[in-house]
Amino acid sequence: MTEAAIEIENLTKDYPYGFLQLKKKRSLEGLTMQVQTGEVFGFLGPNGAGKSTTIKLLMRLIFPTAGTARILGKPISDIAMHRRIGYLPEQPYFYDYLTAAEVLDYFARFHDFSAEERRARVERTLKKVGLETAGRIQLRKYSKGMLQRVGLAQAILHDPEVVVLDEPMSGLDPVGRREVRDIILELKKQGKTVLFSTHILSDAEMLCDRVGVIVGGKLQGVGAPGELVGMKAQGMEILFEVAGGEEIPEVKNNLLALSARTGDRYRLQVEESALYTAIEELKAAGARILSVTQVKPSLEEYFMHLVATDRAQAAAVEVSAK
Amino acid sequence: MTRVGVVALNTFREAVRDRVLYNLVFFALVMMAAAILVGQISIGIEQIVIISLGLSAISIIGLLIAVFIGVGLVSKEIDKRTLYALLAKPLRRWEFLAGKFAGLVLTLTVNTAAMAAGLFLALYYVKHSLQRADLVVLVAVYFILLKLALVVALAMLFSCFTSPLLAILFTAGLYVAGLFVHAMRGLQGGLMSPALAAVLRAVSYVLPNFENFDVMGAAAHGRAIPGALIAQNTAYAALYCALTLGVAAAIFSQRNLK
Amino acid sequence: MNWKGTIALLVLVPLGLAGVWDLQKHIDAQQRTVETEDDQVILRSSKLVKEMSLEYAPLVADIYWTRVVQYFGNKHAGKQLDLRLLWPLLDVTSVLDPQLMPVYHFGSTFLSDAPPRGAGRPDLAVELLERGIRANPEQWRLYYDLGFVYYFDEKDYAKASQAFYDGSKIPGALIWMKVMAAKIAAEGESLQTSIFLWQDVYNTTKDAAVKENAQTHLQLLRAQEDCKQIDALADEYQKRFGRRPARISEMVQAGLLRGVPVDALGYPYTLSEEGKAELNLESPLLEKQVMVQPSN
Repeated sequence: MTEAAIEIENLTKDYPYGFLQLKKKRSLEGLTMQVQTGEVFGFLGPNGAGKSTTIKLLMRLIFPTAGTARILGKPISDIAMHRRIGYLPEQPYFYDYLTAAEVLDYFARFHDFSAEERRARVERTLKKVGLETAGRIQLRKYSKGMLQRVGLAQAILHDPEVVVLDEPMSGLDPVGRREVRDIILELKKQGKTVLFSTHILSDAEMLCDRVGVIVGGKLQGVGAPGELVGMKAQGMEILFEVAGGEEIPEVKNNLLALSARTGDRYRLQVEESALYTAIEELKAAGARILSVTQVKPSLEEYFMHLVATDRAQAAAVEVSAK
Repeated sequence: MTRVGVVALNTFREAVRDRVLYNLVFFALVMMAAAILVGQISIGIEQIVIISLGLSAISIIGLLIAVFIGVGLVSKEIDKRTLYALLAKPLRRWEFLAGKFAGLVLTLTVNTAAMAAGLFLALYYVKHSLQRADLVVLVAVYFILLKLALVVALAMLFSCFTSPLLAILFTAGLYVAGLFVHAMRGLQGGLMSPALAAVLRAVSYVLPNFENFDVMGAAAHGRAIPGALIAQNTAYAALYCALTLGVAAAIFSQRNLK
Repeated sequence: MNWKGTIALLVLVPLGLAGVWDLQKHIDAQQRTVETEDDQVILRSSKLVKEMSLEYAPLVADIYWTRVVQYFGNKHAGKQLDLRLLWPLLDVTSVLDPQLMPVYHFGSTFLSDAPPRGAGRPDLAVELLERGIRANPEQWRLYYDLGFVYYFDEKDYAKASQAFYDGSKIPGALIWMKVMAAKIAAEGESLQTSIFLWQDVYNTTKDAAVKENAQTHLQLLRAQEDCKQIDALADEYQKRFGRRPARISEMVQAGLLRGVPVDALGYPYTLSEEGKAELNLESPLLEKQVMVQPSN
């Protein structure tokens, strides 16, 4: 079995805060997961969930309170390993007095390329991210989207085996996002491993082999997008109509109360096992069944569910602490 | 080129593209011209005035650059997050610091050399010849440069763990304190307990002693500066800078970037 | 901005500035009544100024020195007698840069010289020079200045001789230093010595004020010498004619003088009521004469 490209074990991060920095906020707790070689892994979570924290811990921009991580089989403190990885920071910013070409050239100098090869790579990468023409303009004149592209460019310039992208789509218009998606897909085709974080679920669904959902500093679930949501099957949905809208027998009231109403039409979700019972009751009450469909849960709902649960837990903790 | 060198040259390039530096250098050259005029006020001291005014301008402007830009070397990269992508490269944190330091010192050397050239031009204009004795002015300029390097190192140290404003204040404070070392040593036990006086004496040896580099009087009056002093000051500056940067690197290596 | 706005600006701004200018003149006039001209050397403590100068002491010394030159120039122009502030300025300057030689030369001259030419404080001049000698032991000219002060203003001929002698031992000192030492030790004050010393200052100094001062002294000395000679001739007249001459012209008529002698500025000498020669009342030299004349 090939070694995992990224291995994270029990990674934990506390931030001190408060007057004398005595209190601690745990922004990441016991994260354990792996990214396999050659896969595109999406790191999902709401803002502040710990996605960026994890990535910064991987890049050694911050240091863990506990836990370890390895990239390409080497400890993250191994500097030589950094030659084989690329990183796009969140909301990247570069020296605004340099042009894109100069920035890329500067970063490229930390790798052992000959001057010619460096030049060639810079040109090639600029083209790949769509910055050929803007390559000679100083970065201070760049839009956010253009900066994002420069960030991406410096992450892939040196053909790294592992590419880590922190919110690569942020600040991009649909065209830009499409381009980034294409680049990620191309990286995958080249056999590279890609880890990216995002809170845009549709991108994750489209691109990722697997996703990891992180909420409130804890990993809530890992798996293929389909798998994950499959874990929480939602059941069946009945679409029915009540003529007139008055004179409803009591039995139906319970069911009506659980339904979402739009004008004369109601939508009712029930467990698969309770489906036929519900249909009988509705028919007996005089409702007209319009359709019955299987509810395919979306990543979004799964997500929202997790967030809501986490918030409830946090509130409970606060209440009990008082 | 080494990784340190790459960072150093980039730092130098940033300074060169920062037009503020040119204004400062231009200002200094204006000062030199003014010195020529001022020297006319009292005959016989034109040389003294040009040299003291010129050296003062070089020193003060150099200090401003060393403190303000020195503090910004690290803090700007952290604030603006330009550092993030950089640290993912095969670059150690201490190499980054060393490169930044070297880049600013290189910038200061170029600036100082430009201003010194202006100073010698003014001197030549007034004296119509330059003698070997005038080399002592060059030694004074060299000492200023050593002093500036030390200030940069201190600025970088403080900016590794405090806010930019505090770093500026601490660095400036330490610089001034370093000019009063003689006062610290001269304190008699009469005013305070002998223990405290002893502590102050010890502190006075550990503090960066900027008085070492003060040879403006000698330069202005054309007195030779012993070679031994030049060697000792160079060693002092080198050692102190290395210590300061070493501590800065240790602190910076453990620092969590936000 | 449209043209209307531009015109409005072009009209209103100069008017506004004129108003500011006028107002400022009024304020200045008011200030003059409120504040008396306060001739202060703000920082008199030389030690304090030295500490505050950090490492820029020589530069601050230059700045103080220009103040000295300015100050003395102002005082001379305004013909004020009080030079109380000269000492603090010289004091601070010499502490800031002990190697600034003009300070000692200029300073000692005008500190020791009696009013109206100087401050009349030879003791301070001695202190300043001794400070200079401690800081610059190789500068023989300082001993020269010291001897000068002792000879002319302190009238201490033993110390004057000693100063010239000490200075003569320094390599580079001119030979007559030793001669001067011996001469003063032997004779005390003499006209010849005095003239020699002032002539040397006049020839060697680069400072315009000092040169002018030396010239004045030479003129006065010459006048002194002239008056002595005229007195001698007047005595001769008395011997011949039994009375003191009433006017110089009488001596000319008697053939004792070829013409009416004039002082260095061209004013003829006159005779006092006791028949002693003296400077013409209209001669500017009279003003510059020492107020307290040593009787000789």
